[in-house]
Amino acid sequence: MRLELGNILIKDVQFGDVTKVENNTLFVNKEELINLICEDENIKSVEVELAKPGESTRITPVKDVIEPRVKVEGPGGIFPGVLSKVDTVGSGKTHVLKGAAVVTTGKVVGFQEGIVDMTGPGAEYTPFSKLNNVVLVCQPKDGLKQHEHEKALRMAGLKSAAYLGEAGKDVTPDEVKEYESLPLLKSVEKYPNLPKVAYVQMLQSQGLLHDTYVYGVDAKQTLSTLINPTEIMDGAIISGNCVSACDKNTTYHHLNNPIIHDLFEKHGKEVNFVGMIITNENVYLADKERSSNWAAKLSEYLGVDGVVISQEGFGNPDTDLIMNCVKIEKKGIKTVIVTDEYAGRDGASQSLADADSLANAVVTGGNANEVIELPPMDKIIGYTQPVNSIAGGFDGSLKEDGSIVVELQAITGATNELGFNKLTAKGY
Amino acid sequence: MSKIKVVHYINQFFAGIGGEEKADYKPEVREGIVGPGMEFNKRFGDEAEIVATVICGDSYFNENLEEAQAEVIEMVKKYNPDIFVAGPAFNAGRYGVACGTIADAVQNELGIPVLTGMYEENPGADMFKKSVYIISTKNSAAGMRKAVKAMAPFAIKLAKGEEIGAPDEEGYFSRGIRKNYFAEKRGAARAVDMLVKKLTGQDFTTEFPMPDFDRVDPNPAVKDISKAKIALVTSGGIVPKGNPDHIESSSASKYGKYDIDGVMDLTEETYETAHGGYDPTYANNDSDRVLPVDVLRDMEKEGKIGELYKYFYTTTGNGTAVASSKAFAAEFAKELVADGVDAVILTST
Repeated sequence: MRLELGNILIKDVQFGDVTKVENNTLFVNKEELINLICEDENIKSVEVELAKPGESTRITPVKDVIEPRVKVEGPGGIFPGVLSKVDTVGSGKTHVLKGAAVVTTGKVVGFQEGIVDMTGPGAEYTPFSKLNNVVLVCQPKDGLKQHEHEKALRMAGLKSAAYLGEAGKDVTPDEVKEYESLPLLKSVEKYPNLPKVAYVQMLQSQGLLHDTYVYGVDAKQTLSTLINPTEIMDGAIISGNCVSACDKNTTYHHLNNPIIHDLFEKHGKEVNFVGMIITNENVYLADKERSSNWAAKLSEYLGVDGVVISQEGFGNPDTDLIMNCVKIEKKGIKTVIVTDEYAGRDGASQSLADADSLANAVVTGGNANEVIELPPMDKIIGYTQPVNSIAGGFDGSLKEDGSIVVELQAITGATNELGFNKLTAKGY
Repeated sequence: MSKIKVVHYINQFFAGIGGEEKADYKPEVREGIVGPGMEFNKRFGDEAEIVATVICGDSYFNENLEEAQAEVIEMVKKYNPDIFVAGPAFNAGRYGVACGTIADAVQNELGIPVLTGMYEENPGADMFKKSVYIISTKNSAAGMRKAVKAMAPFAIKLAKGEEIGAPDEEGYFSRGIRKNYFAEKRGAARAVDMLVKKLTGQDFTTEFPMPDFDRVDPNPAVKDISKAKIALVTSGGIVPKGNPDHIESSSASKYGKYDIDGVMDLTEETYETAHGGYDPTYANNDSDRVLPVDVLRDMEKEGKIGELYKYFYTTTGNGTAVASSKAFAAEFAKELVADGVDAVILTST
């Protein structure tokens, strides 16, 4: 399966009469976009705002971030099983509005949404401060239950990203990158002397604001399975979660999964990247046992020498992580796990809720309990009141002058466990 | 600026008093340097000096722990030092434990920085590396010069309150305190690099060494549950509606204690969860799902349990540091015991 990603570099975003990409600027017809979102009867109203790198702007409570993409050649469309038909994606050609994103915010669904600052110390911790963001401030219709509320927002974000992505369909990309994964036996034949590796991606699947969808299927109702890495680049996996926003994968993270990219980077040179396994993180012990059994079984079946395992979330999923790691190691397959830490504000407590000596190769996205002060911003998109109760916030987080004292936990993507960032931690 | 004042602690052997036969030597303080103090003073140069040396036999210290500690602390206090240095103890087990113990005690009681040094396999290293800075040394006194070379400048840094570098830069055993920083490469690239190294048999360094877990053995079964007073404790965040004490949705800084005298059932109108780490819908609809008051009331009526304790304790386990959880429980466990609670049902989510 071979996919060409054509990156159209977006350096600015502006409102305009027609939604289009011209000279690396994304123009957005606000009214058209609003009409599209308001097709959903569960959305009462929406405002569309722009947030650019370096601006004194704070977006909160952030639910999802999505990169606009459009399928140009090959079967299927973006977000298969959700927006497009369930055709198998991941081959042909896809255009990407690189440097742009859709961000969803509005009335808080739960305790779990995050903060994105476009400048200042907080901006250092979130990758989305570097993007030209089209922000949707959505108000749900009155009395909408939490699950429907979450879904309405999720769909609004995806629809908007696909709508903006269309604007790049006939634009010549600034750069083109190719990714190819061969059938297993052919891949082994092609690079017989390189160590065979796979990627095991754990998907958060614990319920409201903790869900992930694969080709439209709720991941908690799936068995661990194989998927082509390029399918992910066409939106085969989307996010329905932002609980403790620091270490949840937004749809943007999935589309740009850095482990996939960095394994491709060494593919054919230092490793033979033969495939990818996805496995869920359910709350029941039996589910954890079953899913990790399957992840280990599939790793063994692929005949790989090593795997990178990425976690999503913390605490309860630490159990899934260690089960996956231990069971795969016991098959004689070497593992590296990617996680983050909850070591307390002083960094002195144990970082994970589960551990095993076989987990001897760990990459960490940092201690999410570390406290940060976010200075006041000139503009707020969304509203800041929930920061006292979102995960990572506490009573008194929001100061009178608009500054916020929170744990990194509250910052969208701060301690991402796909290794998206440079943030890490070490023992002192 | 005046010199930094150091009090040095050594055992009878390094003081030249004698070996095992003199290990019951009682604490004694001498002005100035004794034994390895000479090397320290050389390294301290103009910045610091040892004003007094406390000598104590290893057996005496370990066999008369409280007394010995109190005596040594009194001696140290008199000199009002800026820092306390013990050892280095190399691989001498009892000496290492003594150095760790006294350094920890001085730090806690006198509130001054402390430093010791020993070999990684010295039992004192494992016992105290979390609370005291311990410089890693060789396993015998042949490594004295090297040890002092690392300890002396580090002691000055500690005394001045300067920023302390990472364990591998400074030479101390990691105390397990996690600090964030920005690495050169993103995590994914570091993970792939680490996997390549692991696969090809090269050395690699994990970014998070697995911790030693504090596993707790369950207590023996309650002899007669039908007479027992049972308490409910949860980390599932169940609180009276409105979360009156503002318990955090994650990384809780507190716990709540709520009266359930006469409460037969937790309803959507009266209770909810403050926990931000799971789908709250089902707990908000019926909080008994997390804190089973209704079932326990039935069992109380049926005589299956003695009684349900009149309070429940609650916090959110979500992202909450183990140290915080321990501190909460240490506090309210006393109340449970004082109120004659026989058993606790601890529910998590």
